[in-house]
Amino acid sequence: MAETYAIEMNGITKTFPGIVANDHVTLDVRQGEVLALLGENGAGKSTLMSILFGAYSADAGTIRIYGEEVQIKNPNVATELGIGMVHQHFKLVHNYTVTQNIVLGMEPRNKFGLLDLESAEKRVRDLTGRYGLNVDCDAVIDDITVGQQQRVEILKVLYRNANIIIFDEPTAVLTPQEIDELMDIIRLLKNEGKTIVLITHKLKEIKAVADRCTVLRRGKVIGTVDVGKVTEEDLAEMMVGRAVKFELEKTPCKPGKVMLSVKDLEIHDSLGNKKVHDLSFDVREGEILGIAGVDGNGQSELLYGLTGLLPVQGGTITLDGRDITRMTIRERIECGLGHIPEDRQKHGIVQQFTISENGALKDYYKRYAGKMGVLDYHAMTENAASLIKQFDIRAGEGAQTPAGSLSGGNQQKVIVAREISLSPKVLLVAQPTRGLDVGAIEYIRRRLLDERDKGRAILLVSFELDEIMNLCDRIATISKGTLVGTYRAGEVSERDIGMMMAGSRKKEDA
Amino acid sequence: MQKSDRNQKDLALRLLESNGFISVLVVILGFLAGTILVLLVGRNPGNMYKAILQALSGYNMDNGKMNVRYVFETFNYAVPYILCGLSMGFAERVGLFNIGGEGQYIMGMTVAEVFALLGPQVPGLHWFACLVLATLAGALWGGVVGVLKAKYEVSEVVGTIMLNYTALYLSRIICLRLPGANTYKTANYPETATLFNSLFDKWTNHSMLNNGLFFMFFCVLLYWFVMEKTSLGYGMRATGFNREAARASGIPVTRSIALSMAIAGAFAGLAGGIVALGSFRYGRVISGMDNYGFDGIAVALVGNCHALGTMVAGYLFGLLKNAQPLMQSRNIPKEITFIIQGLIVVFIALRSGVVLIRQNLEKRRLAKEIASE
Repeated sequence: MAETYAIEMNGITKTFPGIVANDHVTLDVRQGEVLALLGENGAGKSTLMSILFGAYSADAGTIRIYGEEVQIKNPNVATELGIGMVHQHFKLVHNYTVTQNIVLGMEPRNKFGLLDLESAEKRVRDLTGRYGLNVDCDAVIDDITVGQQQRVEILKVLYRNANIIIFDEPTAVLTPQEIDELMDIIRLLKNEGKTIVLITHKLKEIKAVADRCTVLRRGKVIGTVDVGKVTEEDLAEMMVGRAVKFELEKTPCKPGKVMLSVKDLEIHDSLGNKKVHDLSFDVREGEILGIAGVDGNGQSELLYGLTGLLPVQGGTITLDGRDITRMTIRERIECGLGHIPEDRQKHGIVQQFTISENGALKDYYKRYAGKMGVLDYHAMTENAASLIKQFDIRAGEGAQTPAGSLSGGNQQKVIVAREISLSPKVLLVAQPTRGLDVGAIEYIRRRLLDERDKGRAILLVSFELDEIMNLCDRIATISKGTLVGTYRAGEVSERDIGMMMAGSRKKEDA
Repeated sequence: MQKSDRNQKDLALRLLESNGFISVLVVILGFLAGTILVLLVGRNPGNMYKAILQALSGYNMDNGKMNVRYVFETFNYAVPYILCGLSMGFAERVGLFNIGGEGQYIMGMTVAEVFALLGPQVPGLHWFACLVLATLAGALWGGVVGVLKAKYEVSEVVGTIMLNYTALYLSRIICLRLPGANTYKTANYPETATLFNSLFDKWTNHSMLNNGLFFMFFCVLLYWFVMEKTSLGYGMRATGFNREAARASGIPVTRSIALSMAIAGAFAGLAGGIVALGSFRYGRVISGMDNYGFDGIAVALVGNCHALGTMVAGYLFGLLKNAQPLMQSRNIPKEITFIIQGLIVVFIALRSGVVLIRQNLEKRRLAKEIASE
C-alpha cells in the first residue's frame, strides 16, 4: 500500500432497462487529489457517482472508502462516510435563506429541542471565511446569483463534514468569470485536503484543475491518465473514440440581403416585467449573428417574442420584408421562421410522440393531410426514416421510436432535422448544444454552418462563449434586456465580451 | 430450450407493457376483491357470478331458462356509459379533465325532452332531430368551459363542476313547465319522438334496446377516426401530451382545447338524449343525477381513453348495472357492483406500480444476461 485511496470502486456493474450504464467499472481516487471523470452524455458518469452517493445500488461490485469496504444503501450513509455531492441541478428551497438551506435536514437544536439557527449561522460563517466562499448568509436564495447558489450547495456539503466532494457538471450554468472562480474554489478545497471528483465533459476545466482523469465510454473505463501528460485532443479522442476537430473550418461569410430585421423591440414576460427593451438588429442571408450573454438577461423573452410565444409590446419584427410582429406562431412559421428552442423538452419535442410524429409537428396539416383531414402516416414515417439517415439519429426502433426514449443529443438532432428540413429563411437557434456530448456538438455546429453557407440567416443565442466565438460572423452581447455592442467576429476578444456580458461597454464603442 | 424460455419471459414483459392487458388485470382484481367481500358478509359469491352470467348471456343457472332480453338490456345500459366514457376520454386525450359529463348529459336529456314534447311530430325525423339537438346542447355546455379555459385559463375542473349543478336545476325549472308535468314526470312522448325499434323489440324479447345503439357505434368509430387518423386529432394529441411544444410548433392549441371540450360535451349530450327517449316513455323531471357522466370518467380510465377500450369498459359497466337487480333477487347486495367499480378505478390508479414491477423484471433479465455472458 504505497498510496492511500479515498475511494476504490471495483467491478461496478449497473443496468437499467435497455442499457448497461456501468459495465465492470473500476475507479480509484487518491486521497487529496482532484480526479476528473470524463465521458459523453450517457457514458455512465452520473450513474457511477449516484452509486457512490447511495442514490442507486449497484448490481455487482464493491466500494471501499479509505480502505474499508462499505455498503452505501442511501445518501445518508454516504454523508456519514464523509461523501458529499454538489448536484448539477441545485437542490435548494427558493424562499429560504442561505443558512436555512445549508442546515436543512440536520438542523441544530438547543437543549429544549428547538431550532438553534444562531449556532448554525456561526458555523456557516466560519466555513465561508475559511474557504473564501463569499455569500450573504441571510440572503434568500431567490435573490442571489446562480454562481452564489452553487456556493451554497458547496457549503451544504462542507457543513456535513464531507472529505470527499463530488461535483456533477458544475459549470453548466456559470459565466466564464464564475467558472474561473469555481476553479479557484476547487483548488482551495484540494489544498485543504479534500478529495474531489469532478464530473464533466469540458476538457478545459480538466486541464485547469484536475490531477488525473478517468475516461468512461459507453459504461466502460477507457483509461486513467495524468492530466499533465496529455493534451485536450488526446482526452477528446479517448472520450469519443476517434479524433475530434475543435476549430470548425469556416468559409468566409458572404452576407446577402437583410432577412430578419428587429427594431426597438420591447417585450414583457408573462408577469408583466419588462425583459427586453430598445433592442434592434439585422440578420442577413448567409450569416450567423450570435447573441452572447449570461442567462436571464432577456434572451428567452427575445426568442419568445420573435417566435410569437410572447406578445411584443413595442417595436417591429420584419422577416424578408414582411411585418410579422402581430402574426400568430403558425403564420410566422409559414413565412419561413425556423426555431431550435432553448428548452428542447418543453418547446421542441413531444416525448410521447414517435420520431415520425415529431418530424411532422410543424407541417403535418399541410404536407400529410388528405381528404377529410386524414393524415398520411405512411408518408410521415418514410420522411422520418430519411431524416434519421440524413441526420444520423440513433434510434432503437427507427421512425417509430418514441422521442422520449432517445438520448438528449438524438432528441436535439430530431429537432434540428425537422427545422432544417422545413428550409426556413431565418433560423433562430438557442443553446443548440447545451448538455450534449462532443460528438453531437460537433455535428450540430457543422450542420448550422452548412445552413449558413446555403444562404440561411441564422440568429444564435448561446451562453457558451466558445460556441459564439466558433460559429458566428457577427457577435452582439445582451445585458439587462438590450444589446450592448455588436462586433464582427475577429474584432473582439473573449475577454471583451465577458466584460460586456457583465454590463460594461467596450470603451470606444457607443 | 433456452430460447423458448427467453421468449416466454419476453411475452410476460410485453403483456405488462400493454395498457390493455393491465386494464384486464385490473378488472379481474376488482372482481376478486368483490368476491372476497361477498364471502366476508357471509353470502355465496357463486350467486354473484350467476347474476353476472345471466346479464351477459341471458342464461339463468338456477332454473336453466334462457332469456335473450337480458343480453340486450346489458347493451342498452352500456350505451350511455360508453358515450360518457368517450366524452371523458376525448377531453383527456387533449390534456383536459372533463368532470362535467354529468351536466352535459343532463342538458342533452333536457333538450331532447323539450323537443320531443313540443317539436313538430314528423315521423322518422322527430326523434332524430331530438338527438341532434341533445348533442348540440351537450356540445354547448362543454364548449363554454372549453372557451373559458382556452381564452382565460379558467380551470375546466371548476367550470364543469359548477355547470353540473347549473344543468341539474335548470333542467328541473324547464321540465316543470313542460306539458303534463308534475314533480317527477311529464306527459308521455308522442310516438314519433321515441327511439323504439320494432325489429329490436321482436328479436330481443321486448328489451329496451333502441336506435341509440347505432349512434353509439357511430360515435366509437368517429372517436377513433378523428383521434388516430385525422390532422385535427394529431394536433389535439400533441396538445394533450405537451401543450407548450404544440403551441411553439404553431398548432392552434386554444382552438384544440375549446373544440375538444365541445366534442366531449357532444358525446355526453347525445347520451342524455338517448336515455331520455330510449329508456323512458315520458320526460323525467329529475331531482338528482343519473351519474352516467361521472361513471364515464371511470369507464374512460379503464378503457385507456381509446375508442375500442372505452367501448369494452362501458359494456362492462353496463353489465354490472344490469346484473344489479339479478343479484338482489339472489340475496347479494347490489351495492357490491359499486364496490367492484370503485375498486377497479383504484387499481387502475396503481398502474404506475405495475410499471415498476415491469422495470424490475426487465432489469433482472438484463442482469442475468450480463452475468451469463
